[in-house]
Amino acid sequence: MLQLTISHLTEILPIVKNSFFRVLQACSHNLCLLLFPQLNTPPLRHGRIPPAMVRLITHNLLACHAKGCTTNNFPLQFQDVSIELRETEFNADFIRGFLPRIEYAALVSAARQLGDTSLPAEQPEMVDDEFLQKLHHVLLEIHVEEGAMVCPNCKHVFPISNGIPNMLLAEHEIG
Amino acid sequence: MIPTPDLSHLRSEDYKHIYEPAEDTFILLDALEEDAEELRRSKPLVCLEVGSGSGCVSAFAGAILGPSTTLYLTTDINPYACRSTKATGSQNRVPIEPICASLTNPIRTRLRHAVDILLFNPPYVPTETEEADEAQHEANIAGAWAGGQDGMEVTGVLLGQVESLLSEKGRFYLVAVKQNDIKDICDKMLHQHGLKGEVCPFVHLCVPNH
Repeated sequence: MLQLTISHLTEILPIVKNSFFRVLQACSHNLCLLLFPQLNTPPLRHGRIPPAMVRLITHNLLACHAKGCTTNNFPLQFQDVSIELRETEFNADFIRGFLPRIEYAALVSAARQLGDTSLPAEQPEMVDDEFLQKLHHVLLEIHVEEGAMVCPNCKHVFPISNGIPNMLLAEHEIG
Repeated sequence: MIPTPDLSHLRSEDYKHIYEPAEDTFILLDALEEDAEELRRSKPLVCLEVGSGSGCVSAFAGAILGPSTTLYLTTDINPYACRSTKATGSQNRVPIEPICASLTNPIRTRLRHAVDILLFNPPYVPTETEEADEAQHEANIAGAWAGGQDGMEVTGVLLGQVESLLSEKGRFYLVAVKQNDIKDICDKMLHQHGLKGEVCPFVHLCVPNH
């Protein structure tokens, strides 16, 4: 392990004056070189953040668009799904702002299909912090990784693979 | 200056399947950076990128707006591009949600007047109509540039949806080249959809190599 002293860093810093925070790691040599950011650059968190998956916030925006399928084509029903829970930063303003764009009943039903019963069946009139926290969890922290979504009307199956919903249709199914 | 998203996880092998960010990507980044303050102030909730390819543009939007303030949705017909977009999101700590779909098909109904930032670097290179159709059908890399007549066959479809997608404070960023007839695009958007376009002054027009 090679240690970098303060004087090393002072030498390096002018060279990277215009660079942003980077951690370069040469794993094979166990050598770690830290370069520091300019003052106003937000620090990166260490560790790899797992990739985004289909979350219920996205599911709440997806409708079947097969040819002729225009009624009862939302919400898509989950089938054989595997889910993962991952904590994410709570932003009350975002959740409060997004609430009018949510189909609430569809969200509650989707959450229940995935085994989450934390949301009340009816949207409460008073939107307090506790409700926003629950919404945050349901919308953003439940990740569907594998499985499928089925149209309640035409029964078209849209697979989810590696967290990506495949909403493509075959030529003859396009409306 | 906001740094260009880290794309070091993508290899030359990947760029056989997806469009490698080039000048046209970077002018879009420049335009977003120019508007960064205004975009932050408008507190956008939904940022939708159509045809996200590598995911570079949405990751950049995420760098401007922050990971928890906005929902970053992307679509692409190319599954390889969707996977790359997801990887670029995680590489840059932006939770991007890729959807494998043509243009805005599965989300258009639910996102009616709900998109605050709409981004599109379309296949704008003039080609034969057949070439553009085949590229979209095959969902391969040619789909990233083959634009059919006047390079407008794919863009034209989206232009017809823009007004119904944008929220009250919504903005649509579109990359175009001279052959697309920029004045005609602006005239049509104004007269048919009541949307007034402006051409970013620093934008230089370029055509990718192929």
